Amino acid sequence: MTKRFWQDNSTPLLCVKLGAIVVMMFAFAIFIMPPLYDLFCDITGLNGKTGGPFVTGNAENELGVDTSRTVKVQFLATNNENMPWEFRPQIKTITVHPGEPTVVNYLAVNNTRFDMVAQAVPSLVPFKAANYFHKTECFCFNQQPLAAGESAELGLSFIVDVDIPKNINTITLSYTLFDITESQKKKTTLNVINSHQQLAVNQL
Amino acid sequence: MAHGPAKGFTRWLYTTNHKDIGSMYLWFSFAMFLLGGVFALVIRAELFEPGLQIVEPGFFNQMTTMHGLVMVFGAVMPAFVGLANWMIPMMVGAPDMALPRMNNWSFWILPFAFAMMVATLFMEGGGPNFGWTFYAPLSTTYAPPSVTFFIFAVHIMGASSIMGSINIIATILNMRAPGMTLMKMPLFVWTWLITAYLLIAVMPVLAGVVTMMLMDIHFGTSFFDAAGGGDPVLFQHVFWFFGHPEVYIMILPAFGIVSAIIPTFARKPLFGYSSMVYATASIAFLSFIVWAHHMFTVGMPIAGELFFMYATMLIAVPTGVKVFNWVTTMFRGAMTFETPMLFSIAFVILFTIGGFSGLMLAIAPADFQYHDTYFVVAHFHYVLVPGAIFSITAGVYYWLPKWCGNMYNETMGKTQFWMAFIGLNLTFFPMHFVGLAGMQRRVPDYNQFFADFNMISSCGAFLFGAAQIMLLYNVISTIRGGKKATDEVWENPEGLEWTVASPAPYHTFSTPPAVK
Ligand code: HEM
Ligand SMILES: [Cu+2]
Repeated sequence: MTKRFWQDNSTPLLCVKLGAIVVMMFAFAIFIMPPLYDLFCDITGLNGKTGGPFVTGNAENELGVDTSRTVKVQFLATNNENMPWEFRPQIKTITVHPGEPTVVNYLAVNNTRFDMVAQAVPSLVPFKAANYFHKTECFCFNQQPLAAGESAELGLSFIVDVDIPKNINTITLSYTLFDITESQKKKTTLNVINSHQQLAVNQL
Repeated sequence: MAHGPAKGFTRWLYTTNHKDIGSMYLWFSFAMFLLGGVFALVIRAELFEPGLQIVEPGFFNQMTTMHGLVMVFGAVMPAFVGLANWMIPMMVGAPDMALPRMNNWSFWILPFAFAMMVATLFMEGGGPNFGWTFYAPLSTTYAPPSVTFFIFAVHIMGASSIMGSINIIATILNMRAPGMTLMKMPLFVWTWLITAYLLIAVMPVLAGVVTMMLMDIHFGTSFFDAAGGGDPVLFQHVFWFFGHPEVYIMILPAFGIVSAIIPTFARKPLFGYSSMVYATASIAFLSFIVWAHHMFTVGMPIAGELFFMYATMLIAVPTGVKVFNWVTTMFRGAMTFETPMLFSIAFVILFTIGGFSGLMLAIAPADFQYHDTYFVVAHFHYVLVPGAIFSITAGVYYWLPKWCGNMYNETMGKTQFWMAFIGLNLTFFPMHFVGLAGMQRRVPDYNQFFADFNMISSCGAFLFGAAQIMLLYNVISTIRGGKKATDEVWENPEGLEWTVASPAPYHTFSTPPAVK
C-alpha cells in the first residue's frame, strides 16, 4: 500500500489542535468579548456608562466639599421608541459643589391602561466625567414596575467627585426609559422552565 | 490501476474525490453568483431613476441584504474553496485532500444553508432586511420573524467553512510531496494556508455573534439590548472583529491566483516570492487590529480613532509590496494577453484603485463624511469585483483546459473580459462621485441631482450581468468540446499541476512526484 500521507505529521492531532482554536474563538466571542467591552467602557467612561452604586464613607470622600468651585449638572429624559409613559426630571439643572451629596427626583407616570415594567438607562457626557460622577442611589439600579394609571417619584442621589478635572464645568446626565414589560414576561417563563428542570433534577 | 468515477447522481452525493468536490463547489458558487446578481439587478433597476417605481422599500432592503450575504458567503467564499479543492492537492503533489469524507460534508451542508436562507424571502414578514452586516437592534428587536432561519443558515455556513479550512490546512501541512518545502509551495497554496487560519480564527466569532443574537431574541438575554444592560455597539465590535478579517479572506486567495497567472503570461518568474509570503502573513496579522475603521462614527475616544486609523493605513504597506511585485514581474516580460492575463492585469489596476479609496476611508475625520455613502459601496466593490470576482474568473480560464482537456474560446473570453471590464467601471466608478456628494447607501430613493450617474451605474450593471452569461456559455461549451489542450496548456507554466495529463485524470499523484 502506498503511504497516504507524504509527511510524517499526525493529521488527527492537527485536527484536534485546530478544533481547539475554533472552540476557543467561539468562547472568546461569547464569554470574553462582552465583559471585556464593558470593562473597557468602564475604564474609559465610554458610552457615558456611570457604573453601579457608589459606596460613600471612604477616606477620599471625607475630604469634604470643595466650595471653591461649582459644577452645573443638567438632567434629560428620553422615552425610548414607543414607551408611552410620561417621564421627566423635576428640575432641569442644578449647580453643585464637588463633594456635596445631592438628591434630585424624576417623575414617571404610567398613563396607559396596562401594568408595565420600565428600565431607565443612564448616559453621561462628557465621557471624561463619567468616572467622577458617583451615584449613591439611583432608580436606574432597579426595574420600575408601575400599575396602570400609577405614578412615582424616582430618586437619584449623587456626588460629583472633588477630583473632577478643572475644565469640566457642565455635566449632562440623560436617562432613556425602556419598556421591558415583554422581555420581563419572557424571563419569567424562562425561570419557570428552569425551576421545572430543577424540580425534575431534584426528583432524580 | 485507479478506478474511475461512479455513475449517476450518487457519484456526486457520495464522492470524496477532491476534483468532484471542487467542481461542485464551483458550480454551486456560480449558481449563487447568478442569484446574487439577480438581486443586484433588482437594486439597480429600482435605482435607475429617482423615486420609487419597481419594488417596495421593504423588499428593496431585503434585496440589498440578500445580495450581500449571497455574494459573500455563497459566491466568493465557495468559489475559492472550490479552486482550493481542485488545485491544492495537484499543486503540492498529494493524491487527495487530507480528510476526504469531511470534504464531502463541508460541501453538502452548503446547499441546505442557502436553501434555508433564500427561503426566508417567502416567509411571513419577509427575509432579512437589515443589511449584510446585520447590526443589532435591526437584526434583533426589529427583525422579521425569519431571522431565526437566517441565524441557523449562518451557523451552517460557518461550520462548512471551518471544516473546509481544517481540511485545507491538514492537506497543506501533511500531504506535500517529499521535497516540497514550505518555501517552495506555489503562492496560491501559501495564501490559502493563511486564509484557512484566518477562517478558523474568525468564523467562530461570527457563529458567536449570531448565537448572541439568537439568545437575545429568544431567551431573554441582553447582549445587545440597552434596556437590559447590554449595548448595541458591542455588536458592531464583535461583528467587525470577524468582518474585517473576512474581507481579507475574500482577497488573499485572489492574490495567490494572480501570482500564478502573471508569471506565466509575462514569461518571467514571479518577482519577490518570499516577500509575497511575508506580505500575505503581515496582512493577515494586521487584519485583526483594524476592525474599528468600520465604526469611526460610533463615538470612539480620540486615541481609538487614531490607533485604528494608523493601523489601517499600515495595511497599505504590505499590499503595496504585492502590487509592486506583480508590476515588476510584468516589467520587460514577453507578455501576451490571453483572457486569464487580461483579467489579472485588470485585477492589479482596479484593485489598486480600491486600495486608494480604502486609504481615503481610513482617514478617520474624512470618514465621517464618507461613511454609509455610496463612496463606501464604490470602495468595496472595487476591491471585491475586480479583486475576488476577476481573480476567480481568471483562475477558471487559466485552469479550465487542465480540468476538462479542451481549450476555451479565446475570442469569446476576451469579449467577456471587455464587457465585464467596461460594465464594472460604468457601474462602480460613478458611485465614487455620488457618494462624495452625499448619496446614502441602502436607500431605494435619491435626490434628483444624482439621477444621471445612477442611470449610468444601472446600465453598467446590466452589461456586467450579460458578461457573466457569456462566461457560463463559454465554460459549458468548453466542457462539451473544443480544441484539445496540451498537458502544459500554456507556454512553460510553473507548477506540478501542469505535469499531469489534460484533462487531469480522476486520480493524480497516487505516488508522490519528484520535486526539484
Ligand atoms: C488598502 C486596503 C484597505 C483599506 C485601507 C480599507 C479601508 C476601509 C475602510 C476605512 C472602510 C470603512 C468605510 C466606512 O464604512 O465608512 C472599508 C469598508 C469596506 N472594505 Fe475596505 N479597505 C481596504 C481593503 C479592502 C479589501 C481588500 C476588501 C475586500 C476584498 C475590502 C472590503 C471592504 C468592505 C466589504 C467594506 C464595507 C463593509 C460595509 O460597511 O458593508 N476593503 N474599507
Ligand atoms: Cu475593514
